[in-house]
Amino acid sequence: MDKWENNRAWFLILPVFLIVAFSAIIPLMTVVNYSVQDILGPDSRYFVGTEWFREMLQNSRLHDALLRQIIFTFTVLVIEVPLGIAVALTMPARGWGASVSLVLIALPLLIPWNVVGTIWQIFGRPDIGLAGVAVNGMGIDYNYTANAFDSWITVVIMDIWHWTPLVVLLCYAGLRAIPDAFYQAARIDGASRWAVFRFIQLPKLRGVLMIGILLRFMDSFMIYTEPFVLTGGGPGNSTTFLSQFLTKMAVGQFDIGPAAAFSLIYFLIILLLCFVFYTAITSIEKEASK
Amino acid sequence: MKIRFRTIGLIAYFIFLLLPIYWLVNMSFKTTGEILGTFSLVPQNFTFANYIMIFTDPSWYTGYLNSIQYVAINTLISVSVALPAAYGFSRFRFMGDKHMFFWLLTNRMAPPAVFLLPFFQFYQTVGLFDTHIAVALAHCLFNVPLAVWILEGFMSGVSKEIDETAFIDGCSFPRFFITIFIPLIRAGVGVTAFFCFMFSWVELLLARTLTSVNAKPIAATMTRTISAAGMDWGGLAAAGVLTMIPGAIVIWFVRNHMAKGFALGRV
Repeated sequence: MDKWENNRAWFLILPVFLIVAFSAIIPLMTVVNYSVQDILGPDSRYFVGTEWFREMLQNSRLHDALLRQIIFTFTVLVIEVPLGIAVALTMPARGWGASVSLVLIALPLLIPWNVVGTIWQIFGRPDIGLAGVAVNGMGIDYNYTANAFDSWITVVIMDIWHWTPLVVLLCYAGLRAIPDAFYQAARIDGASRWAVFRFIQLPKLRGVLMIGILLRFMDSFMIYTEPFVLTGGGPGNSTTFLSQFLTKMAVGQFDIGPAAAFSLIYFLIILLLCFVFYTAITSIEKEASK
Repeated sequence: MKIRFRTIGLIAYFIFLLLPIYWLVNMSFKTTGEILGTFSLVPQNFTFANYIMIFTDPSWYTGYLNSIQYVAINTLISVSVALPAAYGFSRFRFMGDKHMFFWLLTNRMAPPAVFLLPFFQFYQTVGLFDTHIAVALAHCLFNVPLAVWILEGFMSGVSKEIDETAFIDGCSFPRFFITIFIPLIRAGVGVTAFFCFMFSWVELLLARTLTSVNAKPIAATMTRTISAAGMDWGGLAAAGVLTMIPGAIVIWFVRNHMAKGFALGRV
């Protein structure tokens, strides 16, 4: 659709700009301000330049947290995206079955994040939780509070449970938007089930899949509440992701300067990845509309 | 045979989906002693005590009222500022439009943990700390961009000829926008309101940091009970079940339009 060229459209954007700027730019400036100072008290603060940045970039615990974060994000994306597509393809398309399964699938998304953590905290307990009892009953020694690997797996499974529905909803929306004519053409050509998926459904899903991957990537990179409630970052530091690390530092130890520097580094990482994704998506869209 | 394999797969996924929720509901009908003491698939001493406790104790039910209040304010602000902006993005080309859109999206993707400390200090300085409006404004950070994003998709699906016809007929812009255009995309407004509602409802980190007593959300009430009252698991489970209900009701009303919103949307 051709758009009108008119710079006065800025007036329509203005309210959004003001309200987002109010809640984004002012706090961000505060963070920048802290990141270059050493604050010892309300009246004694010293300009320290880039010292905190250098310190944070060399902090080995930060490197560990970043590595854990990347592995975690990668794992959940690799599982959630194909699983979400598969479920969306299998779900009933119309009738009461569609309504009921849509509402059921959306349920995990509607639970406050700390309640999600609470559910899994009990659900995974080897003595009184269904999952814990079942897994131990199968002869696998499982205890998420003591064993680092078990606790990591539990956080991953919890995330899959919690967020796969988002991918499902998006893919389901994308599938409903494909006109019937495409399927009829495929039937006339005698296309196999796989060919229909590969050459009709997957290309049509590209848009929503990109939204889904983008949202999942960002949200899993920022995960905080669920593992905080479930494992508290432990045992040891095995489930301490970037947000936990940051919050521990800012609130727990009250190292405002380094925490602010870390905030900025964290934000820049996300911004960079965000920009790469966004450019990739818009260039794909341009090619598709040619 | 192949169809049956797929159906079994879907059923298996639904079992995986519903088991934790079942466990929560199951726990909410047990006493804390029974939850911690024995493993049982169904409550042995079926009890409503947990629910009665929540509905009679003000420190519990005010949490729900607080949450609903700031979520409603947030949804109202987000949708009303996003409507004109989404119209601007979907109809006009103007200086810096693409950059502006990307900048909005980056705010959706900024980790709340980054904003935690400055928000806390900022709202304390301006005297909004522990008010509903503070949480509602803070949640605008991620809900306004999302609302613009979804609404823009819906608006781009409406043909521009409708606007042109209305303007030729001498309709003023505000009149056209409110009486003609918004009713055309009311499904989109519903879906957007649902997503704003949902993301504001489930967010805890900012909501907990910006409140202490007067505006404390239900989710925060729950975390504090863990430390104070020596883990009242039954009460927690009942409160958890109750947190799902508002969202489930909203989703039932928008379920038929939900699919459309994202399919039309762009990134």
